[in-house]
Amino acid sequence: MAPLLSVSGLTVDLATPRGTLHAVRDISFDINAGETLCLVGESGCGKSMTALALMGLLPNSATRRARHLAFEGGDLANVTPRKLASLRGNRMAMIFQEPMTALNPAYTIGDQLIEVHRRHKGSTYAAARERAIELLEKVGITPAGERLGQFPHQLSGGLRQRVMIAMALMCGPTLLIADEPTTALDVTIQAQTLRLLIDIQRDLGVAILLITHDLGVVARVAQRVAVMYAGEIVESATAASLFRKPRHPYTRGLMASIPIPGRTPPGERLGSIPGIVPSLIGEVRGCAFRDRCAFAFAPCAETVPWRADNEHGWRCTLPEVPAEAAA
Amino acid sequence: MTESYAPPLLEVVGPTSGALLRRRIFTHKGLLIGSTLLTIVLLLALLAPLIAPHDPYAQDLTQRMIPPLWSEKGTWAHVLGTDNLGRDYLSRVIYGARISLLIGFAVMVISGLIGAALGLAAGYFGGRTDMVVTFFITIRLAMPVILVALAVVAMVGGSLWVVVLVLGLLKWDRFAVVMRAATQQVRSLDYVTAAAATGASTPRIIVGEVLPNVLPQLIVVASVEAASAILLEAALSFLGLGVQPPLPSWGLMIAEAKAYMFFSFWLIAIPGTALALLVLAINMVGDGIRDVSAPSGRG
Amino acid sequence: MTTLLEARGVSRTFTVSRGMFAKKRLLHAVSDVNLHIAKGEVLGLVGESGSGKSTLAKMLLGLLPPTRGSIHLGGVDVAGMSRLDMARRIQPVFQDPYSSLNPRKRVVSIVSLPLAVQGIGSAEERREKAIAMLSRVGLARRHADLYPNELSGGQRQRVAIARALVVEPELVLLDEPTSALDVSVQSQILNLLLDLRGDLGLTYVFISHNLAVIEHIATRVAVMYLGRIVEQSERDALFRVPRHPYTRALLDSVLTPEPGLGVPDTGLGLAMPNPLDPPPGCVFHPRCSELGHRCRTELPRTVQDAGGLMACHLYDGGVARQHDCLSPLAACGERE
Repeated sequence: MAPLLSVSGLTVDLATPRGTLHAVRDISFDINAGETLCLVGESGCGKSMTALALMGLLPNSATRRARHLAFEGGDLANVTPRKLASLRGNRMAMIFQEPMTALNPAYTIGDQLIEVHRRHKGSTYAAARERAIELLEKVGITPAGERLGQFPHQLSGGLRQRVMIAMALMCGPTLLIADEPTTALDVTIQAQTLRLLIDIQRDLGVAILLITHDLGVVARVAQRVAVMYAGEIVESATAASLFRKPRHPYTRGLMASIPIPGRTPPGERLGSIPGIVPSLIGEVRGCAFRDRCAFAFAPCAETVPWRADNEHGWRCTLPEVPAEAAA
Repeated sequence: MTESYAPPLLEVVGPTSGALLRRRIFTHKGLLIGSTLLTIVLLLALLAPLIAPHDPYAQDLTQRMIPPLWSEKGTWAHVLGTDNLGRDYLSRVIYGARISLLIGFAVMVISGLIGAALGLAAGYFGGRTDMVVTFFITIRLAMPVILVALAVVAMVGGSLWVVVLVLGLLKWDRFAVVMRAATQQVRSLDYVTAAAATGASTPRIIVGEVLPNVLPQLIVVASVEAASAILLEAALSFLGLGVQPPLPSWGLMIAEAKAYMFFSFWLIAIPGTALALLVLAINMVGDGIRDVSAPSGRG
Repeated sequence: MTTLLEARGVSRTFTVSRGMFAKKRLLHAVSDVNLHIAKGEVLGLVGESGSGKSTLAKMLLGLLPPTRGSIHLGGVDVAGMSRLDMARRIQPVFQDPYSSLNPRKRVVSIVSLPLAVQGIGSAEERREKAIAMLSRVGLARRHADLYPNELSGGQRQRVAIARALVVEPELVLLDEPTSALDVSVQSQILNLLLDLRGDLGLTYVFISHNLAVIEHIATRVAVMYLGRIVEQSERDALFRVPRHPYTRALLDSVLTPEPGLGVPDTGLGLAMPNPLDPPPGCVFHPRCSELGHRCRTELPRTVQDAGGLMACHLYDGGVARQHDCLSPLAACGERE
């Protein structure tokens, strides 16, 4: 069966005063209907840019190119802005990190929920309101009727995030893009919100593209994972396979730097990745990770091959990286 | 031993922030045009005794109302013509620049000191201090500047220094409001708390940590207030409440030319144009500084 | 074991007014906190938003006076101490590397400020000390003359740490020092902090909502909820056998990178803590899955037992009960 979303060779360039920033460099991935793909990486890796590129929400200074971009069988790359606007919020929806700035503080929650539905489905006010109540209850906000008349500032961060999820689901999308949806929330609320997302996926069959920097979230929520570094996908696998045997030195370095209660010996040094992310302004040749990699050698400065082992793929010059990585 | 942070090859080797700032300044058209105009006026004012072809106060009733060079009766002896008392207009315009700039600068400094001090105090200390300062600002805003000037002049008579004092002691409100808001924003940032935690005294924190970070807003307000002061002086002089004749204030020149408006249009147009250009230049410079000093953002 | 820092019955309230004529309300940021911090240990302070940990941090630094109770540094009441004395003994490191450094000052000036304030050495000596400290935290000499916006988040945090350590304090209070950093940078900074603690004999108060980080670096842990300390124990004890229902929920919420475990149900419900309107009785009771009878009406006492300090009715055996029933409401069958 054809994938729900198919991305091939996506590139995003940003014009900055210092030169052209290559934020996303030739990435490819697929999302199948009803599955959760996690895009994981640290700041500056290009994951948020990817989401914005898919939704057509890039800033004016950005240029997007792709070999192939298809959603629900139709081309997404050369589509008119009008068609894209009719898809956004309707067939594919996005939720953001900061619920306070993502919800308009001047309108009630009900207004914002109903507006989405009426705009895309042309429904009556009453029908849209009913759907809004249905979804608020689905995300666990009761009594829904009363909440409709409330303003965003009257709700806590966790509740606002739930409202944003409800808003995204109003038109029954097949793809939900969630950009760091729980990063700004407290730890306990984060767990609850992620559970909600999992429940929604199970009940509504929505595919989720979850963008995060938190490997813990990835492990618990994702079916498949793509690890991004410096604008590229450096490793791609099922969650189980990725955590069982990470292949790319960056992925391994990341996993070694996370303390796990009960497993990492307390008080001892954590694994770490020396150095900082390289600049993506101007030409970037070869492996962007080589200056921080303990195994880098001359060929890493040239084009790096993509290796695959069943469904598990990674980009590295070395076919096999030794088990003991010197930090 | 702590591992090094330094990536040997691929670190950001872009232009330094100094170079970026220079680039921003020199590509900002408004800032460049405005500063050029302003510099010209400044030079005119400073070099007035050397540049002005005639004494601005010298009257010659045989040379009354000569039109400027470009009309048929114009002469090179009086490039911008003469006024109703035969005084050379070009010289009067050049000396008038001194008055406008002096007023603009002096009022900006006086009102700036008062307003910035009040605003910083209100923003930094909050609570009761803020309430008191806000109360004063509200009272000040309820007073119409022109009417107060009228009352003062009625009591002590009009002169350059009266104008400077009245405007300086009244026009601090915008300074106070803007500085209060800017200070409140900076106050809540961690580096101010960190400075307090090092045991730094309050004056040290305000001068060392807060002031450098509210300076851009202060400069922008200063430019707006300077332009506004210049226009207000012209208005007051026009009404006879400001500088007294025979001083060549541009506002006074406009007032004196009112009677001849329909026949000798240049008498009003020339000082009016000079005023407009000066105010435009100051505003462009202020806007330019605001644009150029916008923070370069994170990392 | 010397007690370096002590908080005795510390509370802090703020009056919140919504305008000149509206009624003033009381925000209970911190209520009745008792803490001991001994030399050489790392006290981990855990809490989410509304827990009061940042307010408590400000009080421990001497930047905010408590409304009730007192803070003692080396046995001396902080209220009587001069700011400069306190600053010599305890220094902070903040969460946001982007707002904790003055953007208009160069790095060396930022790091030497504490020395200048204390009047230590000449300008030249201060500069050298600052550069030496920068080197200790892993930065090079050439970073000294840069501005903060020319550094990465991790580098800025190193500058912040250098600034805190340049006066050689005994105690460093770190308020979420790694929460705003990327994971790979986070581990660099944590390693740095561990090394410095060993090399310089430092004592830390480490505030974080990230339990995995706390488990790694702390020696003792105190859990805060709505301004109160609900549980306090040695690190191993707390993580192996968490007792307070909130601590257990917190630990359950830690999503370790172990696939196949899914996201657990913490049983907390959607009620949010509101410091303006704390619930009667135990402050945690609206979200507690093991609610008992007295929880709604009576504030739990803080009880010390073998495992540490606990503020929970379930672990308070010494109180005379009206009901001889401490089991959850549902099981008891009695209605209010």
